[in-house]
Amino acid sequence: MVKITRQEVEYVAHLARLDFTDDEKNRFTAQLNDILMYMDVLNAVDTTGVEPMTHAIARTNAFREDIVCESLETEAALANAPERQGPYFRVPKVID
Amino acid sequence: MEFEPVIGLEVHAQLLTKSKIFCGCSTAFGADPNSHTCPICLGMPGVLPALNRKVVEYAMKMALAVHCRINGASSFARKNYFYPDLPKGYQISQYDLPLAEKGCVDVDLEEGRKRIGITRVHIEEDAGKSLHDEKTAYSYVDLNRTGVPLIEIVSEPDMRSPEEGAAYLRRLHEILVYLEICDGNMEEGSFRCDANVSIRPQGTERFGTRTELKNMNSFRNVQLALEYEIERQAQVLRAGGTVVQETRLWDAAARVTHSMRGKEEAHDYRYFPDPDLVPIVISDEWIEKIRATFPELPMEKRDRFIREYDIPRYDAQVLTAARALGDFFEETVRHCGKPKTASNWIMGDILALVKEEKIEIQDIPVSPKALAEMIALIEDGTISGKIAKDVFQTMWKTGKDARFIVEEQGLVQITDAAELDSVIDTVLAAHPRQFEEFRNGKAPLFGFFVGQVMKATKGKANPQTVNELLKKKLSLR
Repeated sequence: MVKITRQEVEYVAHLARLDFTDDEKNRFTAQLNDILMYMDVLNAVDTTGVEPMTHAIARTNAFREDIVCESLETEAALANAPERQGPYFRVPKVID
Repeated sequence: MEFEPVIGLEVHAQLLTKSKIFCGCSTAFGADPNSHTCPICLGMPGVLPALNRKVVEYAMKMALAVHCRINGASSFARKNYFYPDLPKGYQISQYDLPLAEKGCVDVDLEEGRKRIGITRVHIEEDAGKSLHDEKTAYSYVDLNRTGVPLIEIVSEPDMRSPEEGAAYLRRLHEILVYLEICDGNMEEGSFRCDANVSIRPQGTERFGTRTELKNMNSFRNVQLALEYEIERQAQVLRAGGTVVQETRLWDAAARVTHSMRGKEEAHDYRYFPDPDLVPIVISDEWIEKIRATFPELPMEKRDRFIREYDIPRYDAQVLTAARALGDFFEETVRHCGKPKTASNWIMGDILALVKEEKIEIQDIPVSPKALAEMIALIEDGTISGKIAKDVFQTMWKTGKDARFIVEEQGLVQITDAAELDSVIDTVLAAHPRQFEEFRNGKAPLFGFFVGQVMKATKGKANPQTVNELLKKKLSLR
């Protein structure tokens, strides 16, 4: 049973900016198909009257107070940047 | 064919918290690039966001001010897209369960008051800032703004003209500033607006295809951009074409909108609930606690000023433009009981000096009580309105009170008829030629004689008495 097409895999890969070979695309399509088939197994469970759950814990309202804490040194903030220019991160030009 | 525009607006307002929405970095504007960042707002792997309580409270304030229903439970979602100013690769926002929904706000238009629907108010984080260098192939990214708290206020497509759009924006702006939850600075981006606009043949119901306008950083530019875009769409339709659904950027210098082709592809944000943030649950007690902190809002204050003080709508509008200004007015009236006179002085001399010296009303050297005392001196005839202008200037410069200045400089008004009579005689004798012309029918010279009497008394003569005496004297001869 086909749950996902190769085109859909290519589309999702593009949204995630991932480049795959033909082999990979075929393999991932099959694997994702298996995963989605398993979802059908879960879907068979009767969940009438059960609220959807987005978290594994039942907590709500986890707040912090509005207090300023020390930030990183600019050097530390930029330490992992592949490219920088002075205090800025440098990236290929984005035009908007 | 005549077209009717249909406009909906999305406003992003930065909240005036000290720290960011999910971390303790400062939100102060204008710091050195990338100096207000930490692993959380930089989007390092493995970090956990922790929600700033104040963000929720400020957002609740706005939601209540625009009569929204606050959802008992709301939650955060991830909006996924790639852009260099978004280090995590997703923006934390609210999607299917926003903080508040279904409100409205009234705006005053020339033709009367109109109600604009509010679809929703939700909380989200701001993105960073990219700078573009014309000369190189690079952009430069500053992440200080990343994680600054925002509320997004989405209107219903209820506006039918650019003027209504601008009026609605001014309304939201003044409410946010009155609530002291946003500084409203459009140039620094604390208050931003996107517009959805379409047109349809006059009298029809179905919405046309809309475009989304971005990059308008003033009320005026929003209005100009809407005007341009409505006309552009009308021309497309009149030429037999179809409007393309797209995002267009307003170019303030050229006064046109440009298509943003290219960046458009895949507006597929794949929202899903953020597993790092637990739901917000808001009780009725919490809502009531927030409501209790509410100041009187600008439109209610305006209506009350008109009702209570019997001043024109225009005056009420000016006096309620800022909370502190309205307070100054009310305090002055409390002391002198003359609303219209107080309003005239505040709107005239005071606001002129406030503007000239670029200071805030709460910092001016004349207190409401001092202004009220000066107004009382005019009312009881001690000084003329003209002399009061000079007295006020001296009050502003020296901080001395009006009565002291009047006594010190001997500015008490001359109302004594005998004294003024002799001044008038001197003036007439000194200007025989003008007197002759006046008698031969040159009526405007009456004003000249009044002026001469005022000059001779250094402005201290009571103008009304002078008028009466002069009339008598000139008709007698």
